[in-house]
Amino acid sequence: MNSLIRDSLDHCVKCTICETYCPVSQVTPLFPGPKYIGPQAERYRGAGPPADSSVDYCSGCGICTQVCPHDVKIAEINSRARAKLWEKRGVPLRNQMIARPTVIGRLGTPVAPLANWALHNRAVRGLVQSVVGIHRDAPMPSFAGRTFQSRARRHRGPAGAPAVVYFHGCGTNYYEPLVGEMVVAVLEHNGFRVIVPPQDCCGLPLQSNGNFPAARTYVRRLVDRLVPHARAGLPIVSNSTSCGLMLKREAHEILGIEDDDLKLVSESMYDLCEFLLHLHDRGELRTDFMSLPMTVPYHAPCQQRGHGIGKPALDLLALVPDLHMIELDVDCCGIAGTYGLKKEKYEISMAVGERLFKEVTATGSDLAACDSETCRWQITHGTGVKSVHPIELLYRAYGLDRRTRAGSVSPELQTARVSG
Amino acid sequence: MSYDTVVVGAGLAGLTAALRLSERGQRVLVVARGVGATHLAPATVDVLGYLGDTQVASPAASVPVLISSSPNHPYAHVPAEQLETSLEWFCTKTAALGYAGNLDENLLLPTALGVPKPSALAPRSMSGGDLRAGGRFVFVGLKGFKDFHPTLIADNLNHARLPNPIEARALELVPPSSRRGDLSGRVIAGGFDTEDLIDWLAGALEDRVDPDERIGVPAVLGLRSGDATWQELEKRLQRKVFEVATLPPSVPGIRLSDVLSSALRTAGARIVLGVRAVGARAKGGRIEAVEVVNATGTVSYPVSSVVLASGGFASGGLELDSFGATRETVFGLPLIGLPNTDRVRFAPHYFDAQPLATAGVATDDQLRPVDASGSPVYENLHAAGAILGGATPWKEKSGTGTSVATGYAAAEAILTPAPTPVSEAVR
Ligand code: SF4
Ligand code: SF4
Ligand code: SF4
Repeated sequence: MNSLIRDSLDHCVKCTICETYCPVSQVTPLFPGPKYIGPQAERYRGAGPPADSSVDYCSGCGICTQVCPHDVKIAEINSRARAKLWEKRGVPLRNQMIARPTVIGRLGTPVAPLANWALHNRAVRGLVQSVVGIHRDAPMPSFAGRTFQSRARRHRGPAGAPAVVYFHGCGTNYYEPLVGEMVVAVLEHNGFRVIVPPQDCCGLPLQSNGNFPAARTYVRRLVDRLVPHARAGLPIVSNSTSCGLMLKREAHEILGIEDDDLKLVSESMYDLCEFLLHLHDRGELRTDFMSLPMTVPYHAPCQQRGHGIGKPALDLLALVPDLHMIELDVDCCGIAGTYGLKKEKYEISMAVGERLFKEVTATGSDLAACDSETCRWQITHGTGVKSVHPIELLYRAYGLDRRTRAGSVSPELQTARVSG
Repeated sequence: MSYDTVVVGAGLAGLTAALRLSERGQRVLVVARGVGATHLAPATVDVLGYLGDTQVASPAASVPVLISSSPNHPYAHVPAEQLETSLEWFCTKTAALGYAGNLDENLLLPTALGVPKPSALAPRSMSGGDLRAGGRFVFVGLKGFKDFHPTLIADNLNHARLPNPIEARALELVPPSSRRGDLSGRVIAGGFDTEDLIDWLAGALEDRVDPDERIGVPAVLGLRSGDATWQELEKRLQRKVFEVATLPPSVPGIRLSDVLSSALRTAGARIVLGVRAVGARAKGGRIEAVEVVNATGTVSYPVSSVVLASGGFASGGLELDSFGATRETVFGLPLIGLPNTDRVRFAPHYFDAQPLATAGVATDDQLRPVDASGSPVYENLHAAGAILGGATPWKEKSGTGTSVATGYAAAEAILTPAPTPVSEAVR
């Protein structure tokens, strides 16, 4: 295993900075905080699992690692300790389930109306909470019925244009295929041909639920699908900040995968907004934006900040006439992937999100923007305010929701109006 | 994205430089490995507390003396009037915290260990702890809060050498049942922000403090609501109340960092934490781009100017390896203050004069790091804060003052560059 992560604990000077930022330890005494559970406890952990299970209350948001001035890989240390804990105890069924969005997606998609009814039915959710352990009130997306993959297969992009590869992640595939179509439309509007390779989950939920072996299998399979394109020198973009980060860094740093294919893929990975901003830097982004006279609060999710790329969404949206974005100054929405779904953590996740919810509500806007899908669902759950990926605002500013370009976007998308 | 200036470091010096630049219309990017040392320091602005072993009463009078005896001191490169301008500017930018004090006389505030420390400026929630006039003090602890020890503070102050006699005592309160256990300053402060902890505190203090006692409470009266809570507490108790620094984390330090960071965001600057500046692409003596390692690898940001505010040894701006070599970690700049022999790196006692104590970069009067011949290493690179050599901030009590003054001066040097003397060749 990559011992650089563990060795980083020696850099800890006990400055407590991570403690002051950990959103979880601020709202619950069940989690003693990053310094204790990370570098301090790790020093005494042998090869075996952690002696107590409080590390399971770390949400894996990664904020501690971002703020630590001494490069201690706290969140990564925690993630590995969690994996050892579950290795010993066996990953509970609930965690196995929610960690496999592709499986759930495949089961739910064909029976979307029924599955959606069940997902939003109080009685069913009560039963699910007591039997499975997913909190009855936790935000659940709806199955879209037709996956993004199946839509993409029928879509013909412009031939001969320069190509870009699109890694859409499972959220887009099963729950928000329209976001995927907007990504394609915006990229095509900028003169690209979009390749959508067949793809499965990146393994991140498995990793954060402590099942490293299965996570490695998933990420390897995904890398195999993407690497031919990376070898051909094509950029790979993702609108899912957490999945993108998995390929950029976590598969290597946390799962400890050392291989050239992964390295190549991670060097070719771009967050969607990062990619578009690079285009703009080179003067290649179309700026035929229409005016969008509205005020929209923006939350940069923890995983987005983990990329270390600033806030390209804000830089891009600043190009849109009359669109006023409010940069929210709150670290975490609380959901942290699948963390906030769990019945014993739901309250914690809502308490963490409270400040963000208040700030969103205080803007009085009926629309918020955020790059990560689970965070969007959480924001909407906590505030009732609709939350969209920044691409949705760009899509609309380009007027793509009004333009009818026969065959270029699906009929559903042409009629879909961005609310706001 | 291209930026006018990249600032390396998010401590007091970096945030100061970045804010000054962005409020003057520059596009600024702040990159840092993590948050800065603001979170560890008590948020006072210490310009100069000691000249040798003598306590300084007036920094305005003593800074020139310091400069004449240590010509390499960072203050020597800050234009005389700018020290004062920078502090005034700082007070306006941090109006929400209400900084009190000035350059003419130092306040004398108790530290977390009960040592009287001279500071030029302090948030008004702390400045009431000024010990100079003497009098009666009560220091209030909270049971279970291990980063604040009122008895230690009171005992040490009763034995300290002070201009006027004081009488200090300790008082320990038991927090409300919902707040018992292992408390951290950050969590208690959060409690003051969101709950009615002030009712509890005011109630608990009412009958237990004499009318002529000043009340020192740990600096945890709220992260966002700190100043308001303090005002309210004084009003309710009809007594002088003041916050006293705790052991780290420092809530006043977090407030300061938050106020500056949010002003930066409003001014349109971008702050990226968890990344590492690793070098520069330079041409013709100018930095064209700063190289930064993020999640994917190394990216470069094209720039017009750069401010290096990466801190000293404690923050990783300087590094001493196990072979005795010292280096500046971002650009590999030349250093001053290195001992001649590589064998004697440490003096035997912690508080002895340490051979590496004044290590750091030397600069010209525009705060540009210079080489041994005194010429700037890069025309457009400026340095600020603890990375600067020639000072012993922990002895002089000059660290935060240096950060504000040099952060501001570096920004000014970028905004209004001194006219370059026409070189011989051109003539
Ligand atoms: S921020 Fe880093 S150095 Fe400071 S206590 Fe946490 S892990 Fe240690
Ligand atoms: S990853 Fe997030 S929840 Fe876990 S210790 Fe770090 S800051 Fe806290
Ligand atoms: S992390 Fe991304 S790719 Fe992985 S399961 Fe989630 S949506 Fe799918």
